[in-house]
Amino acid sequence: MSNRLARFGNDLHSGKKSYPFVARRRIWLLAALALVVASLLVPVAKGGFNLGIDFTGGSEFTVSGVQDPDVHVGEQAVADSSDATGVTVTNIAPGTVRVQSEQLDDDQTLAVKGALQKAYHASDDQVTSNFVGPTWGQGVTRQALWGLVVFVVLATVLMALYFRTWKMSVSSIAAMLTTIVITAGVYSLVGFEVTPSAVIGFLTVLSYSLYDSVVVFDKVRENTAGLLDGSAPPERAARTFSEQVNLAVNQTLVRSINTSVVGILPVGSILFIGAYLLGAGTLKDLSLSLFVGIIVGTLATLFVAAPVYSALRDVEPSVRTQEHEVRERRGTAQAPVLADPVHAGPAE
Amino acid sequence: MARTKDKAPRPGGSGAQGTRSGATASAGRPAVRSGSAAALRGAKGALAGLAVVLLVLAGILIYGVSTQRIGWAPKLALDLEGGTQMVLSPELHDQDGGDITQEQLDQAVEIIRQRVDGSGVSEAEITTQSGNNIVVAMPGVPSSETRDLIQASAQMAFRPVLLTGDGAPVPKAERTKAQDIPQPSAEPQNSSDPNWITRQLYGSYEALDCSAPQPQQQREAQPRDKAVVACDPQGNTKFILGPVAIPGTDITNAAYGMATNQQGHSTGQYAVDLQFNQEGTATFKELSERLYQIGQTSQGDPRSQFAILLDGSVVSAPSMNAVITDGRAQITGDFTEQDAKFLSEQLKYGALPVSFSIQSEQQISATLGASQLRMGILAGLIGLALVCVYSLLQYRWLGLVTISSLLVAGLLTYFAITLLGWGANYRLSLAGVAGLIVAIGQTADSFIVYFERIRDEIRAGRTIPAAVDHGWKRARQTVLASKAVNLLAAAVLYFVAVGNVRGFAFTLGLTAIADLLVVFWFTHPVMVLLTRTRYFGEGARHSGLDPRALDAVPRYRGAGRLRQPGEGDGLTIAERRRRARLAETRGEPAPEPSSGTPVADEHAMAGRPTAGPADPQEDAR
Repeated sequence: MSNRLARFGNDLHSGKKSYPFVARRRIWLLAALALVVASLLVPVAKGGFNLGIDFTGGSEFTVSGVQDPDVHVGEQAVADSSDATGVTVTNIAPGTVRVQSEQLDDDQTLAVKGALQKAYHASDDQVTSNFVGPTWGQGVTRQALWGLVVFVVLATVLMALYFRTWKMSVSSIAAMLTTIVITAGVYSLVGFEVTPSAVIGFLTVLSYSLYDSVVVFDKVRENTAGLLDGSAPPERAARTFSEQVNLAVNQTLVRSINTSVVGILPVGSILFIGAYLLGAGTLKDLSLSLFVGIIVGTLATLFVAAPVYSALRDVEPSVRTQEHEVRERRGTAQAPVLADPVHAGPAE
Repeated sequence: MARTKDKAPRPGGSGAQGTRSGATASAGRPAVRSGSAAALRGAKGALAGLAVVLLVLAGILIYGVSTQRIGWAPKLALDLEGGTQMVLSPELHDQDGGDITQEQLDQAVEIIRQRVDGSGVSEAEITTQSGNNIVVAMPGVPSSETRDLIQASAQMAFRPVLLTGDGAPVPKAERTKAQDIPQPSAEPQNSSDPNWITRQLYGSYEALDCSAPQPQQQREAQPRDKAVVACDPQGNTKFILGPVAIPGTDITNAAYGMATNQQGHSTGQYAVDLQFNQEGTATFKELSERLYQIGQTSQGDPRSQFAILLDGSVVSAPSMNAVITDGRAQITGDFTEQDAKFLSEQLKYGALPVSFSIQSEQQISATLGASQLRMGILAGLIGLALVCVYSLLQYRWLGLVTISSLLVAGLLTYFAITLLGWGANYRLSLAGVAGLIVAIGQTADSFIVYFERIRDEIRAGRTIPAAVDHGWKRARQTVLASKAVNLLAAAVLYFVAVGNVRGFAFTLGLTAIADLLVVFWFTHPVMVLLTRTRYFGEGARHSGLDPRALDAVPRYRGAGRLRQPGEGDGLTIAERRRRARLAETRGEPAPEPSSGTPVADEHAMAGRPTAGPADPQEDAR
């Protein structure tokens, strides 16, 4: 398997095999746009996200090690011991029941906890209670939103400084925003719970996607160096600007795949354990958002960042001239991708 | 590879290990080899440095464990150990709409800490959060008294005593009938005036049972400008007290120590020294004059006493023994050192008019915490195993370098977390464990960057040791950039995150640093050393660096021949030349090399001797 993958990598590297990330950019960008619009509409249609109690405030109880996880027993216990509204009882994992309700005050929380304990014949140390007051929940929400804004702004600034060309920054920001919106849309569509852990995982994904863009655009810069001012070596100058961009994306494809797989493996392991064995909780929320985010992020870099960059550069007259010249030299309208004798020269 | 095959006939067959023996018979080696001795030394130095660091850390840890200061395992946070965590936000009574100052918050923390400690809960951790909230974390589940204690307000006031009596309620039969209670005859002149006692008040005084727990609301509802009924904390005595004479905030300082009498000699008793501010001094002077007078004129009159109330309970009711004009009072009594200390601290911090409300509370049982920890570790091991398997599949035996680097990084992180737990009281939470596991992927990624760069260099035609050196130079930048991004992200997440999830950002940042150390001081040196061996240096079939698997035609093939560009089609230069010669003899134009550096090629061919007999060996690559 490794040999096949290695050959795959070789072919991508030399240009023998090439996926049309940039060539078909219209399709990809339209698809991305459609997904973004859908992701914006879904929360509106579904009435928002499934927010955890850390954001909304409320009380939550988890009873573990339950022999007979019957949700009705829990509902009855809660109804008997308090006048809480908005009570949901779910069986989140084998032998684990979770009860959520709107804000009870501190004393009521304890009362419900006792009632649940009795109802499920659980011992004191099998019941976990979590109570979040209203202002606390608001504070957390505010902080999470702030975090998102701060992160995006910081990322924009960093990108601008690192790439020093606004078009690259804009493209990577576009990819990042696409990731954000589509992941949010997925969360809203499927109804995954949004908790502070999920938000943290989400922000981590943004840093991943940023790093991915850095890798691809580094290669793009390497591949397009000297193309426009004619100082490129002949075999590079034999190709159009967009072809070079495409080649860069393809060359980093194996690397992207490797990075994503290696990133996803531990996350997947946490997700499996967290979701299946533990039920809801920090592990599940973190790993789920990382999982969804890494996948969406990788795709966004491939299908949004590079095509957008190419589209942005295409309006420049110098780029247009270069492409025109190359095509003329080839004498054909179509642009075949030739084998690329890559230089192992000093870093440029 | 052509290069090593050239050397095969040499005695000893040391091949790529020729550099190890230094410059012997290395004359005429191309430039890329001359730096390799230095690279080797650098590699060994780096490995040695890493070993020293690890030994030092291990030494510190062993010292700590052997002297019983810490255990082998890192300290665990609440969600892994079980316990209760409450987040309290302060509610100010006096200042409406004012923000709590840092000093007040610190004092509040102190009050709560003392109260919690005093109530017998050990190992409670009380810290502030976001400059405004107090987080109380304690093992187990707090009793309701402890919870009350934590939330309790700390109002302090000085009121003159009007009446005292036994703490037990007067039996119903013996209570004075309402009509027999004297009505106040006139408006009260001062705070000690018995006219403060209304019928209602006296009735409630008689009925009061001091041993019953007083609800918080009742305590808070004591009006400042009227007479009230109160008990002492032990429930033995009850009082009717006049309106507040001096608020607790007028205290500037309180201390305890040995009591001194008029002559300045120690009396062998403990006393609490109290100091008022300017306003308090003036009021206290007035109060002391009045109470002293009463005390002198009628012996044993309770009205010569003044009560110090904290939280609506009378913590002390000393009688005024002198006129105090300078605002410095000394309270003596049957104090043990402990009593004196306690009272002085109550006075000092009890002046804080702050109460707390519970914003959020989590109770996690110890068994649940342990099971979460177990699951976390399991997830980590599975993730590690998956990554290792994947590395082996992708990079063959080179994957061993990944695995060993991951283990070294893990060791560094373990030391860091455990020693931080000792030094900075850092506790590992579930989110932190998740961060460690996610970091496995990020760490492995930096190795991938490095290996892929090496592979790129091999594809471009370099020899393997040269590929390692050159690949490192370029990969180094990328790894530094990516770790910088990781660290920055972790820092931002840390400041932005809430509560427990902060642990995730912390471990991400920690592992980014460990990763940097490992890549620079372990992975690269190991690669340098490995590629000096024959197995890896020659690119054996499953080494992961096999140029054949990478379709690599070496750029420089030894003895002055450079690769013709466009040779990816598998033809060797010799074959191409043969074909060209054949074509020429047939009179056809020689096939142009597709593109590339013909100038350099000719130059090389002219300047260096070609080793003709080596050609057939090349084809047998």
